[in-house]
Order: sequence, then structure tokens, then C-alpha cells
Amino acid sequence: MLEGLLRRPLTESAPKVADEDIAQLGKLFEDTLYRHLGRSLSIRMVDAGSCNGCEMEVNALSNPYYDLERFGLHFVASPRHADVLMVSGPVTRNMVEALKRTHDAMPEPKWVVAIGDCARDGGCFAGSYAVAGGVEAVLKVDLHISGCPPNPIQLLQGLQALVHQSAMDGEVA
Amino acid sequence: MPDILEMVSVGAEEFRSGPMPVSPVSPKLWQQAAGDLARGQLTLLGLWADRGSVRMALFNSTTGKVGVLRTNARRGAFPSVGALHAPAQRLERSVQDLYGHVPEGATDARPWLDHGAWEVSHPLGKAEKAGETASYDFLPVEGESLHQVAVGPVHAGVIEPGHFRFTVQGETVVRLEQRFGYTHKGTDSLMTNAPVERGAKLAGRTSGDSTVAYAWAFAQAVEAALGATVPVRALWLRALMAELERLANHLGDIGAICNDAAFAMMLAQCSVLRERVLRACDGSFGHRMMRDCVTPGGVARDLDGTGRQMLLDLVADIRGTFPSLVALYDQTASLLDRTTGTGIVTPALAARFGAGGFVGRASGRDFDARRDLPYAPYDQLRFEVPCHAEGDVNARILIRMAEVEQSLSLITQILRQLPEGDLLAELPVAGEPREGLGLVEGFRGDILIFVSLDAKGRLANCHMRDPSWFQWPLLEAAIEGNIIADFPLCNKSFNCSYSGQDR
Ligand code: SF4
Repeated sequence: MLEGLLRRPLTESAPKVADEDIAQLGKLFEDTLYRHLGRSLSIRMVDAGSCNGCEMEVNALSNPYYDLERFGLHFVASPRHADVLMVSGPVTRNMVEALKRTHDAMPEPKWVVAIGDCARDGGCFAGSYAVAGGVEAVLKVDLHISGCPPNPIQLLQGLQALVHQSAMDGEVA
Repeated sequence: MPDILEMVSVGAEEFRSGPMPVSPVSPKLWQQAAGDLARGQLTLLGLWADRGSVRMALFNSTTGKVGVLRTNARRGAFPSVGALHAPAQRLERSVQDLYGHVPEGATDARPWLDHGAWEVSHPLGKAEKAGETASYDFLPVEGESLHQVAVGPVHAGVIEPGHFRFTVQGETVVRLEQRFGYTHKGTDSLMTNAPVERGAKLAGRTSGDSTVAYAWAFAQAVEAALGATVPVRALWLRALMAELERLANHLGDIGAICNDAAFAMMLAQCSVLRERVLRACDGSFGHRMMRDCVTPGGVARDLDGTGRQMLLDLVADIRGTFPSLVALYDQTASLLDRTTGTGIVTPALAARFGAGGFVGRASGRDFDARRDLPYAPYDQLRFEVPCHAEGDVNARILIRMAEVEQSLSLITQILRQLPEGDLLAELPVAGEPREGLGLVEGFRGDILIFVSLDAKGRLANCHMRDPSWFQWPLLEAAIEGNIIADFPLCNKSFNCSYSGQDR
């Protein structure tokens, strides 16, 4: 046990891969997010009925390759701390109320980002008695990121576009 | 009188190469089967319905044979299995929600998937406009100084929705009651009358983290029903993808479990390895999760020389790094202190519920569909099935670590021996109603898919039973007596699928 306490970890620290796409995105975030939003954006994620594939890729955003937080983006546990509501999945009827309530709990200004093909219009689950539709069926959507699931780069690009758009609109002064 | 045990007599070689025979039974025999289950002579593999009947799939672990029984839902009712054998309860509650067949004598008659938000009741049976919905009653608790903590459906992290109702005394959990169904998408209804191609897409989107295993189980069921011959290369490529999927999930979860025990470094290291697996999958099969790559009749993607090299490099890379992570885990006393003795599932309970995957194998249930109900190409590959008896968080981690090594070995063997040949065979025409069973060992455990095809080869009915059905209830038991702060750790060590269960 003493050995366990005293020894240094065996592993090397995780490599930061200088992915070209990621580096470029970082630059874009710098240009918009940092200037307009006080360097940070808080995201609250809600799975409104997804197959969990979308969550897997959202979780991948936190791995050392993408390291979302270095762009000033981070996931928060409470909707009361969030600027962005990220929603995945077709919205199931069993989740409509929870989704609405989460959105209601967020302070203004707030944005809704729908991720994945299901979140657009229900995807391959559209038309079922148990599915209300895409996110638009319940909330006004500011941005949609397609893919099944969208990969982490697509998610980052989408978030960058959102930040850029809201800066352009002058909504965030 | 015919004996239930004699009806559970179909060997793997039989149901994997042709249609699955179904034994029609009287309500009396159905009840007898429930008794055999309760006595532990049989293991429940699944229980589902169609408009006029209810079925269950059974496994005899002594003989290694399976069987499917069907009983008519006379006047909309059938004898409850759950009344005698708890693992059937949630499945029966779902049957009642979806079809309206009443499990007679059931001890728990509350709805499971139907939260009163669908506008119709019994959508797959005699669909009627839904009436007023009563509020859901959680089980009553009585006792001194108890209080309740309700969590979900929306959780703090990036995870799926579900509700957990804890009853605690001080810090200690005296009872956990789960409530699911939030991600119910009505997949069964979308499957009905769908062509198999659409069915395959839906199957691959039932639990996204197991897309390969689901697509494979679905393909198996359809191919068996039609007696199709699948090209050998396709079978080997399926196994390659399935092992990559297992590898990615195990790596990600090992890191995430340690993170829930406040050891964040493991998460960073493991998530790097996981990301590398996903990138290699993308590079070799064109999709990070290999979605829609397995399709009835074969596979939709081939592996070329570049992809092969990518995967060989990946294996070498993980072989070089992973052992030091295992050693780190073994030597970090503060981490072991959290995982050892926490969230125990007893072997008796795991056996009773027929818990698959690492949840079962960490509690002495030595079952792996790849070995015990073998399917090609696993019958030609060498691998070991790790098994422990302690049943705690630590045992579940150790199983998954051992399985990482097994998957690496399997991937290497497959890459070395991958046969040349076609990727896809045309499916034979049905010509008459056919039924088939698919059973694949996903990373989480055995996934069962049963399809009924009509004469035109379309899906008349499709049931998909996620391994989580028989694991979620064990989490309720595992957390009892633990402190509530250890729930995330226990939960992550199970990592059951919400969507797979809710469907
Ligand atoms: S878009 Fe694809 S990955 Fe995302 S929830 Fe839908 S089916 Fe799953």
C-alpha cells in the first residue's frame, strides 16, 4: 500500500494531438466566443430519447483529443447554469415534459442546439406513437447538427457556428 | 403430459442455421415453465408478445439447449411468469402496456413503458384512445427516519434519462426503485410490416453503443429464419467489428468507472485509447461506430490493406499502453478501496436473473454466447471467458480488463486468418411465414432478437431483448446497504442501457 502511495504513476501523460481540424476550430472560437461571450459557454445536455449513440460522441468531446474545455465550452450539471441546451434523440412523448422543464429552468439568453438526425425530425423513429418528433416539435431550435451520430469535429464545428451566428446577430452584446 | 424441459431442446447448430421451432403450450404448461424457472432449472432469455399470443425463450444451462414456448392470450390474458419468477416482471408489464395482454396473478400490475403520454393505449394490440392516466405509485416504504431522494429522468451528466427513487436512512440506501421507459420510441411498432432493410437500420439504433452487436443479432435472426448462407468473409468481418466495439466500450467504461471513484487520470488515459479505437474503425470501416456496416446477408463494408494495417497498429498501440493502466489500477490503494466490496451482486441473484455479460461473469455466472451458444467464426477462434465470484465493482472492472486482452487477441487472430471472398449474399425468398432467433454476445452481454417474417419476407414481428433487462434489477439489489454517494460508481460499473431496455 505504501508503495502505491509513494510511487509515481506508471503512465505517461496523455498526448495532445495537434489535429488540424481541431486547431482551426480553436482559432475560430477565439475570434468569436472569446470576444463576444466573455470566453465561456455553458452547455446543458439532455437526451430526449436517443439511442445513446449521440451521447457517446458528446462524451468524446471531453477526451484529451478534443478537450472541449480549452475552447471555453463546458458541460454543466444544472440547467440554471446553462447558456445552451443541447438535445439529442427523437423527442419521445415520455420525455416532452422533462425537456420543456429543463428549458424553462435556463436563464435568458439561451440557445437550443439539436444534435443528430433524430433530433431534426425524429429520424428513423418518426411516425411512431411514442415519438413527438424532432426537437422543433417542442422547442425553438437555433441550430441543428446532423449526423448519425455527428462526430466530435462536426459537433465542435456546429457549436462554433452557433457562437458565430449569435455574435453576428448581436444578441449577445 | 409433455415435459417443459424436453421442449427446451434446440441446440445452437440448429437454430443458427435454420428457422427456430416454437412449441405451442397450454396455459398449464406455461405455468409449469414458470415453476421450472423459479426452481432454477431453466434461465429466462426473453418474454414477449404478438397480437394473439405471448412467448418466452428459455435456456437450459446444463444441456446448453434453448427453446421458445408460445401460449395464446385467451380473452386477453395469460398466466403470469413474473408472479413466480421476478426476472419476468418488467417484461410482462411491458407486454401489458404494448399489447394489452394481462399477466394473470401478477404481483405488480403497474405500467412500465407507458407513462400515459402516448395518446393511445396498447398501441400494438387493440389500440384505443388513452384515457385519464393515474399517477405512478412508487412502492411504499415504512420505517423510522427514512427519507427519499428522487433523481432524474434528466441527470447531471451526459447520460440517458431514467428515474431513480432512493430511500435512505442517514447516508445508507435501504431501497432503490427504478423507473424507466423515458426513451421508449415504439421501435417494435416501426418494425411491424417493415422490410428487413429498415428493420436492420432500426436494430442498429436500439442501443447506439452496441450497434454492431444489434445489427448482427438481427441479421442472424433473419438469416436463420430464411435459411440463408452468409459468405464466410462477412462472418469474420462481423466478428472483427464486434470485437472492436467491445474494445471501445470496455476501454471507455473502465476509465469512466475509475473517474466515478475520483480517479480522473484513468479516464483521460482510457478515453485516449477509446478515441484511437473509434478513429481506427472510422479509417477501416468508414464510421466511428461502424453503424449499418452489418446487414442481413453479410456486411456492407470491406476491409482493405490500409484498414488492416491501421487495426494492426491499433492493437500494437493498446498492447503497449494498456498493461501499465491495469498495473496502475492494481496499485492504487485509494481506488481499490472504493471499488472493492462495493455494489455486490451475489452469484445466486446473477444466476436467477440470468444476468449476461460482465455483470453476470463478475458474479460467477460463467456464460458467454460466443462460447456457450457458439456462432461462426467464434467456433474457430481461441479465447477465454474470464469469470469471478466476488460480484463487486472491482470484479466487474477486472472482468472488463481481462476482456480487453481477449478482444485484442481475437482481433489479431481474425486479421491473420481473414478469409477472402464475397461480402454479401442475396437472401432467399420466404414463400411462407418464418421465424428465427438471433443471439449475439455484445459488450454488455447477450442480445436476443426474435423475428417473425411473413410470406413476402417482411417483418411481421420483431422482439429485441437487451441484456440490460436482466441487469438493471440487480443494480437495485447491489446498491442496498451502500452509501448513496457510491451510486454513480455502482451504476457506472453496470453501465446498463436505457434505450436498449426502453426501445
Ligand atoms: S441520430 Fe443516430 S446516433 Fe443519434 S440518437 Fe438518432 S439514431 Fe442514435
